[in-house]
Amino acid sequence: MKILVCVKRVPAPGSKINVTADGQSVDATNLGFTMSPHEECAVEAAAQLVEQHGGDATVLTLGAPEAEEQVRYGVSVGIQRAVLMPTADGEWDPQRTAQAITAAIGELEAADGPFDVILFGNESADSGGFQVGVRVAHALGRPMVNGAKGLTLSDGIAHVEREADAGRETYELPLPAVVGVKEGINLPRYPTMKGRLASKKVEVSSIAPHGDVGGLGKITLRQPPERKSETIILGTGPDAAAAVVDVLEEIGVL
Amino acid sequence: MPATAKCVVIGAGIVGNCLVGHLARLGWTDMVLIDKGPLPNPGGSTGHASNFIFPVDHNKEMALLGQQSADQYREVDRSVDSGGIEVARTQARMDEFQRRMTSAAAWGIQAELLTPAQVKELVPFINDDVILGGFHCPTVSVVDSLDTGTLFRNEAIEKAGLRVFANTEVLDVETEEEPATGLKKVTAVVTDKGRIEAEYVVIACGVWSNRIANMAGATIPLVPAVHQMADVGPMDVLVETNKEIGYPIVRDMDTFCYERQSSGSMEVGSYAHRPILHHPDEIPSNEEAALSPTEMPFTPDDFDDQMEQAIELMDMLGDAEIKYAINGLLSLTPDAMPCLGETAEVRNLWSAAAVWVKEGPGMAQVVAEWMTYGYPRVIDAHGADIARFYPQERNDEHIWRRAEEHFNKTYGIVHPQEQWAGRRNLQVSPLFSRQQALDAFFFQARTWERPQWYGSNADLAERYGVAEREVEWDNRWWSPITVGEHLNMRENCGLVDLSAFQEFEISGPGAVEFADFLAVNKIGPVGRATYTPWLTPDGGFHSDLTMQRIADDVVMVVTGVFDGGRDMHWMRKYMPKDGSVTVTDRTLEISTLGLWGPKAPAVLATLTDADLSQEGSPYGSLVNVTLDVGGSTIPATLFRISYVGDTGWEIYVAWDDARAVWDALMANGAEHGIRPTGGGVYGTSGRIEKGYRLQGAELESEYNPLEAGLARPKVKSADFIGKAAYLAARELGEPAVHMCTLSVEDQTDSKGRKRWMQGGNEPICDLDGNVIFDSHGRVSRVTTAGYGPSVGKHLLMAYLPTQHAAPGTDLQVMYMNELFPVKVVGTGSAFDPDDTRLKG
Repeated sequence: MKILVCVKRVPAPGSKINVTADGQSVDATNLGFTMSPHEECAVEAAAQLVEQHGGDATVLTLGAPEAEEQVRYGVSVGIQRAVLMPTADGEWDPQRTAQAITAAIGELEAADGPFDVILFGNESADSGGFQVGVRVAHALGRPMVNGAKGLTLSDGIAHVEREADAGRETYELPLPAVVGVKEGINLPRYPTMKGRLASKKVEVSSIAPHGDVGGLGKITLRQPPERKSETIILGTGPDAAAAVVDVLEEIGVL
Repeated sequence: MPATAKCVVIGAGIVGNCLVGHLARLGWTDMVLIDKGPLPNPGGSTGHASNFIFPVDHNKEMALLGQQSADQYREVDRSVDSGGIEVARTQARMDEFQRRMTSAAAWGIQAELLTPAQVKELVPFINDDVILGGFHCPTVSVVDSLDTGTLFRNEAIEKAGLRVFANTEVLDVETEEEPATGLKKVTAVVTDKGRIEAEYVVIACGVWSNRIANMAGATIPLVPAVHQMADVGPMDVLVETNKEIGYPIVRDMDTFCYERQSSGSMEVGSYAHRPILHHPDEIPSNEEAALSPTEMPFTPDDFDDQMEQAIELMDMLGDAEIKYAINGLLSLTPDAMPCLGETAEVRNLWSAAAVWVKEGPGMAQVVAEWMTYGYPRVIDAHGADIARFYPQERNDEHIWRRAEEHFNKTYGIVHPQEQWAGRRNLQVSPLFSRQQALDAFFFQARTWERPQWYGSNADLAERYGVAEREVEWDNRWWSPITVGEHLNMRENCGLVDLSAFQEFEISGPGAVEFADFLAVNKIGPVGRATYTPWLTPDGGFHSDLTMQRIADDVVMVVTGVFDGGRDMHWMRKYMPKDGSVTVTDRTLEISTLGLWGPKAPAVLATLTDADLSQEGSPYGSLVNVTLDVGGSTIPATLFRISYVGDTGWEIYVAWDDARAVWDALMANGAEHGIRPTGGGVYGTSGRIEKGYRLQGAELESEYNPLEAGLARPKVKSADFIGKAAYLAARELGEPAVHMCTLSVEDQTDSKGRKRWMQGGNEPICDLDGNVIFDSHGRVSRVTTAGYGPSVGKHLLMAYLPTQHAAPGTDLQVMYMNELFPVKVVGTGSAFDPDDTRLKG
């Protein structure tokens, strides 16, 4: 069994997300980085599939050279191999990313044989385009289901479940297949200390990304206006009663 | 939000909360506590602390305030005695454990040394193959600092009507000028919820403290620094305890790490990684932070070595999951001590900062007492007094470089005399280049470089047959040259550069009255200098120094470099506000040369025709003379005094004249055997042979002049700070203790090696080996140690209860966990007790 899981390096922000002065990115001065939460579940799913079926899993990312941290993290939680597709020119659009990853998959499969399952997160935590997984599957001509909340393999078939309004949908995809995993499918493990130390030693292979700029571009990022709630103290004790009545009348309750 | 308050405390972490609680206990009312974060965990360092207290510390303030704090956590039932074990991987650490056993004895803390097998009995999951032994302290405790803070805060709400405002950010701290003193005075705190006029403002803002102080034009020299911590688990052996902590905390001292159980998992913390410092402005807000402002994103690359070492020590950690890991922020200062007390720049703006959870409640008590009584009662806090810093120590460059240097010493083995490697030569004497040419070995006193001994005097060690010390630890930061310099001074004469003296001129029509208000002893007439303590309002020592009446309305205060900042602040705090007095720092205008030894008069006579006899220049007098130096005349003031026990003078000259006078004395003194002589003689061997007391060593606020043997027969009629308390102490008659000199009668240890106590609070014991405590609970401990070359004995100074203080009494001193026989010399001098060499 050969599994590929694709992840994206994204900032791990607090409740308030600052934007850089040029409006082009999240201000990451004080932020750590992580992979998108759906992808953490995809990595866990890949690790579990290998534990159940044998074989090995590869974690791949396309992004800034610092994204090496994320593929090594993948190794620290049960993935065997790591591939980094380092970019030097900022964020890539989904079409370009998908094209480059498709090409890289071709390269990896030519060398080591086909991946039975290719996993993505449902969508990335930062840009949320919902595109790369679908585009890669389409380019490879493989079946794909997004939003997976359940995934098992048997007899060359991927059984995928996802939530629907009235219940659960079940899909059967002939392998090789592509699955977009959604948070909740599993509870991702934390790295162990030994896992972390092993991930430091794994050789991260590098594949130069190539892709044509696509149609989706970023114009600017801006923060939505903060929702401020104002508190006016109307008074204390019985003295406040008249003011309370005024307000109740004003908002039409009385 | 109220428009006014007597006191606004900024910061609701462990320190701010305990502070309002202690102030309430001391009767304060009309207080406001604000924090920019939510309660009970506003997001400062308290919220992510590992919350354990190892009570043994070599430093008296840190040890006693740590104990005090641990007891306060116990009193509110938010503490568990988990016990703790420091483990050693090196022989140097095993030796250090002997020193820790000694400090444990001094502070009355239960402790024992363990074999690796004994460690494993207490911590079954430790790998005893990698350790050489352990230092076990059963009273190591784990506390709940957030809950304790809440309890103290609630106490202040109930007792004193404290008003608390969370989610309230300070935008400004307002001040007004105080022209007569040069200080500013705090007037108000401006927040995003309103402005509060306040008489007192306390900054207890942890890592943000300097930023808040800067708003008022004050400084709190600290920097936020990362301490990495990872929580790993769960592990069955820990889960099965069903406790927050069921096993002793392990400090893996040689890897600078700790392993502390937290319910089912283990917190692994490190002081081994590279120093990672942040500017306060880089700390994210509560909203911006992924976890909390002071739990910054973990940088795993900095922690990998510690993981390997942790797994080496406890194999089970390797398979445990890293559930939570942070770059936690804590506060570091330039000298690794806290910042307590009134800020040097702004009256009534107080600092309670650079305090960790382990000493939070105790240090809050210190600040509360300081604000209430004028000086802390629970302990002398001179080492933590924020006024200790000179301006060169308050800038970011200095704070950062020093913090970087000492961060990795958090679990280090630090010698009592250890010198800083970086940020040297900040302030040098006018004679610096000459001293460098003489191969001086410099010790730094705060910012000042002072020669400790001169390499050019190596021949003196040979002349007097002085050898290196046998054990490297005893020999570290010491040279046999210093003994050679001492004996040469006693035989011929020595020239000591005292340019680091701090000279503060009190002038104006109210100068003498003000000077008398500061001093226990009466300010003399023009031409006389007065050696005197300055007392705290409670009658303990704040300072000891000389005050020279150099004109009708001018008194020059001459104090040591370690206390210049504190003494200057004390003057500005108490000086009259009517403009009748001006205080001016003359330190960089005046240079002082100490010339002592039997040949000193002959040497000085080559430069002046002045009458240098005991009649013309009597002991304690100031005589203005001109020195004939290379054909030009240089004005100088001769102060006949000695801190080393030989006749001679402190020669005060203009800063720019110092080199010429030095050169002339060295040249003319050559035939008299003059040698440049370092601080090893001035500060230690010469001083201790005479039993002269030193501020910060023998003299602390816990002791009074009667106990120190510095009380004069009569008390002057004029009022002075601490007078009432001093008179009350005199009424009691015989003091509880006496400052004594002791001689070590046999320095041989159990391995047959000759050992040298360092003056690092080594406890004095009776002949049964019991550590001696006085009726006030104060331990008899070595305040200064030094070899007395002229008496041929290693000498110690210590306060002894009356029943142990009689000359000839046999006692013992503990050093490196062994007992050595000592004999009480007495309260006076071991050398020349009648002062014939000084005054004869």
